[in-house]
Formats: sequence, C-alpha cells, structure tokens
Amino acid sequence: MSEARFRIKRFDPASDAAPRYDTFVVPYEGSLSVLEGLFSIQERDDGSLCFRYCCRAAVCGSCAMYINGRYRLACQTNVSQLHGGDITVEPMPHLPLIKDLVCDMTDFFAKYEYIKPWLIRDEDHDPEGEIAQSPRARRKLDMPIDCILCGCCYSSCPSVWGEENYLGPAALLKAYRFEVDSRDEAGRQRLPDFDNERGVYRCHTITNCVEACPKELNPTEGIQWLKGAAVRRRLFGRRK
Amino acid sequence: MIRHQLVIVGGGLAGLRAAVEAKGAGIDVAVISQVHPGRSHSGAAQGGINAALANNPESHDDTPEKHAFDTVKGSDYLADQDAVYQMTQDAPQTIFEMEHWGCPFSRYDDGRIAQRPFGGAGYPRTCYGADKTGHYLLHTLVEQAYRRQVAMYIERFVTSLIVVEGECRGVVAYDMIRGGFEAFVADAVIIATGGAGRTYANTTNAIISTGYGAAMAYHAGVPLKDMEFVQFHPTGLYTTNILMTEGCRGEGGYLINDLGERFMERYAPTVMELAPRDITARSIWTEILEGRGIGGKDFVYLDLRHLGERKIAEKLPGIRDLAIHFEGVDPVTQPVPIVPSHHYTMGGIDTDVDGVTAMPGLYAVGECACVSVHGANRLGGNSLLETIVFGRRAGRAVVSFLADGGAGRPAPEAAARAALGAVQERVDRLSRAAATEDAYDIRGEMIVTMKQNFGIFREARQMQEGIDKLLSLKERLPRIGLRHAGGAFNLDMIRTIELEGMLDVALATAVGAFKRTESRGSHARTDYPNRDDVHWLEHTLALYRPDGPPELAGKPVALGMFEPQERKY
Ligand SMILES: Cc1cc2nc3c(=O)[nH]c(=O)nc-3n(C[C@H](O)[C@H](O)[C@H](O)COP(=O)(O)OP(=O)(O)OC[C@H]3O[C@@H](n4cnc5c(N)ncnc54)[C@H](O)[C@@H]3O)c2cc1C
Ligand code: SF4
Ligand code: SF4
Ligand code: FES
Repeated sequence: MSEARFRIKRFDPASDAAPRYDTFVVPYEGSLSVLEGLFSIQERDDGSLCFRYCCRAAVCGSCAMYINGRYRLACQTNVSQLHGGDITVEPMPHLPLIKDLVCDMTDFFAKYEYIKPWLIRDEDHDPEGEIAQSPRARRKLDMPIDCILCGCCYSSCPSVWGEENYLGPAALLKAYRFEVDSRDEAGRQRLPDFDNERGVYRCHTITNCVEACPKELNPTEGIQWLKGAAVRRRLFGRRK
Repeated sequence: MIRHQLVIVGGGLAGLRAAVEAKGAGIDVAVISQVHPGRSHSGAAQGGINAALANNPESHDDTPEKHAFDTVKGSDYLADQDAVYQMTQDAPQTIFEMEHWGCPFSRYDDGRIAQRPFGGAGYPRTCYGADKTGHYLLHTLVEQAYRRQVAMYIERFVTSLIVVEGECRGVVAYDMIRGGFEAFVADAVIIATGGAGRTYANTTNAIISTGYGAAMAYHAGVPLKDMEFVQFHPTGLYTTNILMTEGCRGEGGYLINDLGERFMERYAPTVMELAPRDITARSIWTEILEGRGIGGKDFVYLDLRHLGERKIAEKLPGIRDLAIHFEGVDPVTQPVPIVPSHHYTMGGIDTDVDGVTAMPGLYAVGECACVSVHGANRLGGNSLLETIVFGRRAGRAVVSFLADGGAGRPAPEAAARAALGAVQERVDRLSRAAATEDAYDIRGEMIVTMKQNFGIFREARQMQEGIDKLLSLKERLPRIGLRHAGGAFNLDMIRTIELEGMLDVALATAVGAFKRTESRGSHARTDYPNRDDVHWLEHTLALYRPDGPPELAGKPVALGMFEPQERKY
C-alpha cells in the first residue's frame, strides 16, 4: 500500500464565504491517477467534493485542472509523475467557478460557437461520393483536429484575462482548423469573426497556451496563420 | 417546466444524429446531456467505421451484401438480418455525409477515404481518421448541431421518464450547474445514453457509461433485449483497461504469449490476429488460463515494434500516447501488456430499425438500444456505424410520428409535477435515511461480481452464485443513504441514483446468461460449449420485476438472407 496526500482547493460560492484547502490521504496499490484519487476522496472521505469526468483516457477534455501549479488532465496525471510531496489540486484559474474543481465553461463554448465551427461550403454542388482531399491537404488538419476543448489554453491566456471579449486560443484554433481545410469555402464569411478587436490581434504570442495544452497542440501557430490570412484577404481578397 | 417537441437524452453520436435529422425537418428538438456533447464517450472510439466503399485496392469488389454477411456471421447468426442489411446498405451514404460535413478521415493518395482491415471482415472496409475516428466523428456532429442551433441542455442528469397513460411524454432531469430538478415535457423522447460498461470492474468504457439510461426505460416497463451478450475486447491496457484499438492488429500488430509465440495460429490459423473479438478474447484468456501469460501472469503482449516508428506515428499516434501515459511503455520499442476487457453492450432497449420501443412516444438508439445488428458478437467498426445510421432513422421516425397525430400531446402540467415530485421524494428519502449500507461498497461488489462470474467463460454454478450475490446487493440497496444532499454538481447523488439502475441492468445480464444454455458469440459456456439453434436461435427479452430477478421471454430472430452455418475463421 502506498499513500498520496491531496491538498484540494474547495469553494462553494452558494454557501462558503471564502475558498479553503482541504487535505486528504488516499491509500492505493500499484498505480493511481489524480482522477482516481479524487474519486476515492469523493467516495470515502467527502461526498460533497466535485469535479468533471468522463473518458478517464485523456480524450474527452472534461478533467482539466491546475495540479501542482500546472495545467493538466487529472486522468492523464499519475501521482508517480508528481515526485512525492502534497498534490495540490485547484480549478483552472481565471475562470468563473461553479464549485470546487468545476469551472464555468459558458463563455468558452459561446466563443467556440461564435467562430462558426463547422465546415462551410456550397453543399448543393457536393459530389455523391467523398470530396477528394489529398493526404498532404489532410495533414494540415492533423494538429488542430486533436483539440479536446479542455480549456487549459483559454484559462492560461493573459489576453483572455485582460479582455473578456477576446475569443482566445481554443476558438481561434478551431477557426484555423476550418480555414486550412481544403474543403472549406467560407472565404470571407468567417473572416469578420476573427479579423476584429475580439480576434487575432489580441494575441501577443505569449505562448502560455502552447505550454498549457495537455495535448501538446500549438494554438499560437494557428493564430499566426489566421493573422496572415486576414492580411492577405484584406489586401488581395484571396482565400487561402 | 421546459417544453420541446422532441427531447433527446444523450449527446453522443446517436443522439446528435437524431437531433440533426429532426431539427432539419423543422422539429423543435432539445438534447439533454450529462456532459457537454463533445465529451460523450463516442469520442473515445479509435479504430474506425465500416462501409463497403471499396476504396482499398484489396476491396475493389466489396459490397453492402458482403458487409451484411460478415456482420451476420460475426453475430453468430443472432442479428436480425433485415436490420443488418439496412445498416450496411446505408453505410456508404452515411460515411459520405459525415465527410461532407467535415469529418477529417484519413486519405489515400488519390484523395479518397482510406480503409483498414478489421477483425471478422472479409475486406478492408473500416474507414478511419488515424486512431481517433470517434473524436473526429463526434466533433463533426457537435459542429452540425451548433450550426443548426439545436437546443442543448448541458450538464443535466436525466433521472426518469414522464409516463402518461402508458405513453412517454417527457423526462425529469437534475440541473448539475444550478442544483435542483426540472421537468422537460415533450411529444416524444429518444434515449441515446450509450453502453453499460461500468457494470463491470474491467471495462474500456467511460466512467459515465453506466447503463442508467437503459435502466430508465426498463424500470418504466420497456424490455431489455439480449443483455447476456457482452463483448470483451481482446486488447485493453493491463493496468487500466483503456482500449488499444483493433486497428493495432489491423495495421499488422501481433499477439504474443510468454513463449514468444503468435498463439493465434492455434485458434484462427487463416485470419490470425484478425479473428472476431469473441474468438480472439477467448484465445488470449485460454493462453492465460493455461499458464502462458507473460511471466505466468494474467496478461499477454500486443507487439507493434515491427511496424516501425513512422507507421505508428502516422496510423496509431493516439495508441502510442495512451500506452506511454497510462501503461508506461512505448510501443515503438516495447511490447504492450494487454488483457481482454469488457468493451461493448450488445444488448439494450428492445427496438426496431426505427428506434421504436414498446412504449408509444419512447424511442431508443445507439449503444443503449438493441436493434439488433450485432447479435451475439459485434464486429469492430459496426457500432459507430449503427449510431449514425439508426440515429438518423430514429430522428426521421419521430418526424413521421409527430406528423401522424403524435404532435401536441406533451405531458400535462399535473403529470409533470407528479413525476418531478416522485424524484424529489426519492432523493429526500435518500438524504434523510440513516444509512446502514454504503452505496460505493455495493457498487464495488457488483462490478467485481460481474467481472468474475459473468466474464469471458461462464458456467452454471458460478453464475448462480453471481445471481445470488446480485440479489443480495439489491436487497441491501434500500438501506443506503446520501453523504451529501442538495446543491450543484452533487456527484454523490448522481452516482447513487445511477447505482439503482446499474444493479438492475447487471441482473438482466446475469439472469439472461444463466438461462441461455448454449454458447453463441460472446456468450461462452464451459458447460454448454456448442451453439444450439434448435432452442436458442432467439433473442432474450428481460422484463423488469421490482422485487427480484427479471422475467425472461423469447423473441424470434429475423432470418432469411443467410442460412445459419458453423462459424469458422
Ligand atoms: C474505447 C472505445 C473505443 C471504441 N472504438 C470503436 C470503433 O473504433 N469503432 C466502432 O464502431 N465502435 C467503437 N466503439 C463503440 C462505440 O464508440 C460506441 O458504441 C458508440 O460511440 C456509442 O455511442 P452512443 O451515441 O450510443 O453513446 P455515447 O457516445 O456513450 O453517448 C451517451 C450520451 O448520453 C448521455 N447520457 C447518458 N446518461 C445520461 C443521463 N442519465 N442523463 C443525461 N445524459 C446522459 C451522455 O452524456 C452522452 O452524451 C468504441 C467504444 C469504446 C469504449
Ligand atoms: S499566444 Fe496568444 S492565445 Fe496563446 S496565450 Fe498568448 S496571447 Fe493567448
Ligand atoms: S488547444 Fe489544447 S489546451 Fe486548448 S482546448 Fe484544445 S486541447 Fe485544450
Ligand atoms: S476524463 Fe476525459 S480527459 Fe480526463
């Protein structure tokens, strides 16, 4: 039997005057992820603890948190990686809080929706079979399509903290995902959504977002590309 | 009280596809989901989705008929053949539609959708996006739902159905964000809540795949079908049961025992590692039982090293990440310890090809339903297909139902209030109870019982013990209580309510398995090793009985295209 000590930031805005940290000792055998540790606490020690979860395999983006001062997915973080000592678990900072480790993601998804996150094309002229796409064109999508919308990048971005309307790295990465898709024909349709005071110009390439991303994606690269595309379109009216 | 024409419980592939269909026909539809739809378990699917596109050079003469045959044979002849044919016929169109909506499938040099070999399939017909196919398909449908402005109630946990004079007219849900319960009234309800993997201790499924949605229908009197058929996937990671896709073997991976043998040679000499899942899982388990697990332990190796770093990076990048993060081994340089793990719930709410259930106004689709297209053993790549094909059909069926007199009859306010009151009372009772039993203990004992007594190999005595155990847990259940009452994001309450459903779903599996005195597909009995078409070429229906085990009945299988034969690979 091994033991891990969890120090968890607790706050229920409905009933608590101020946040506090609670400490729990979790016994375990073999291996323990932070998410498993949280479940053990919720089941055995404190039924009021709450956090988000679903896949427990780092693909759904539910369990993003701030663990020992870093953005991580709780399910993907094994306590053995944390090199002993207390495991400090906090909600993603700079986001409104619902309770304990659960942040309010309403704005995050509203911004996602704002950039028209779907393929835009003249569907009446679609072929019966697939729209051809070369492996080379498809490769451009490799990075942005792996985004799991966990929100780590968004929470880490100083431009989001400073300007609540800024769309932030995840939404812009999604815009990029469609803009670089050879099948997308949005042209100028999606442009006003990111070529404005809410969009790409708020990004000062501080790359906190790149550091924060648990899927090792690069939102900054996407944003830089969008900046270039916006300039090209303004100057030449060209699509890609 | 919230009102919509159609309420869909579940925002995975099945629920979203139904929503997009109904919304497109002008229906006022709402999706209610426990997690943001983009976080649904469909997103965890890795390997791919089947359709006879004949894009792979080796599959140029593939057809939907051949796809249907492989599916029926894979099902050990328990699938309904008309439903299978419907699905395989619709498959190519389904793939093209998802592609037109932006799904980033992997491609061949000529720009067409790439296809890989999968177990039990005569041709390479599994379309894929690297090893993240479910994530790409799910995000594509989420995007289409946003595009069509489908109303979404996110982080609402549905607790029960509102039934008025035997017809389903809405649901009650717990609002996880604000706390408290709400009634949603509607003309029709579709349940699309996914599988029941978490009734087993060793599952690849998400933590929210509890089977609770199926239990809601079951408790309301709708039969569950074929629950004894539970798929064990050959390759779950040893420590966590996280899936390593069949695509690993489709791309050429080997299964290796302690002696370094590719042991599948003994069990399926022609197709080797690409035998269907039931056969491969049993082969691995036999190796382990006979002491040829690695170091005599209960796992074998999935060896991908010979594929090389480049192929792994291109075709199986997610697998590599998972193995590194969750098992601490890099498949490029090390073999991966794997063990057969509970993976898929073939059974579910009894429906026809349009998602219609025994209760007017109630539809079901996706893994929580049983059409049945998988019969006694599902082929890899057919489940994603099922969710989208039958999601669309269920959406369309509701549109016709509303047009043909089903519209304008949501639950009256009094009925909604009564249903709301019933849930509230149930929860109040749980919060007041002086608990003498612990819900998490019961949950723990249940999942271990399912793993040990209703696993890959089954036998009467062991199953009888398992049933006795489950019944004793059911008897203890009324003595549990909540540790935490009220408020937002009350996980204790959600997980306690879930348990009540899970236990009944588990019992349906257990009793169905005990009664079926034959071996078919995933249901392998050491005391009845042969398939028995004379007595058992029929579906099992389980009817809920509050105070004991379910009552079972049979239902004929739709045959007609393919004569049942012995299944050899
Ligand atoms: C790891 C893994 C890999 C897989 N890979 C493949 C593959 O490669 N190919 C293939 O064909 N199949 C695969 N499958 C199977 C396939 O992914 C699933 O069968 C399918 O995605 C199920 O989809 P669904 O829409 O029915 O349910 P899910 O995607 O599970 O969605 C269920 C939805 O219901 C909601 N819900 C559930 N209960 C409630 C409630 N009480 N209240 C409110 N909302 C609720 C959830 O929030 C969720 O939105 C895989 C399965 C697993 C586990
Ligand atoms: S690079 Fe741009 S988006 Fe990323 S953190 Fe910095 S300002 Fe934010
Ligand atoms: S870019 Fe990375 S950090 Fe940001 S939402 Fe996507 S997966 Fe999360
Ligand atoms: S639970 Fe899905 S990413 Fe952690």
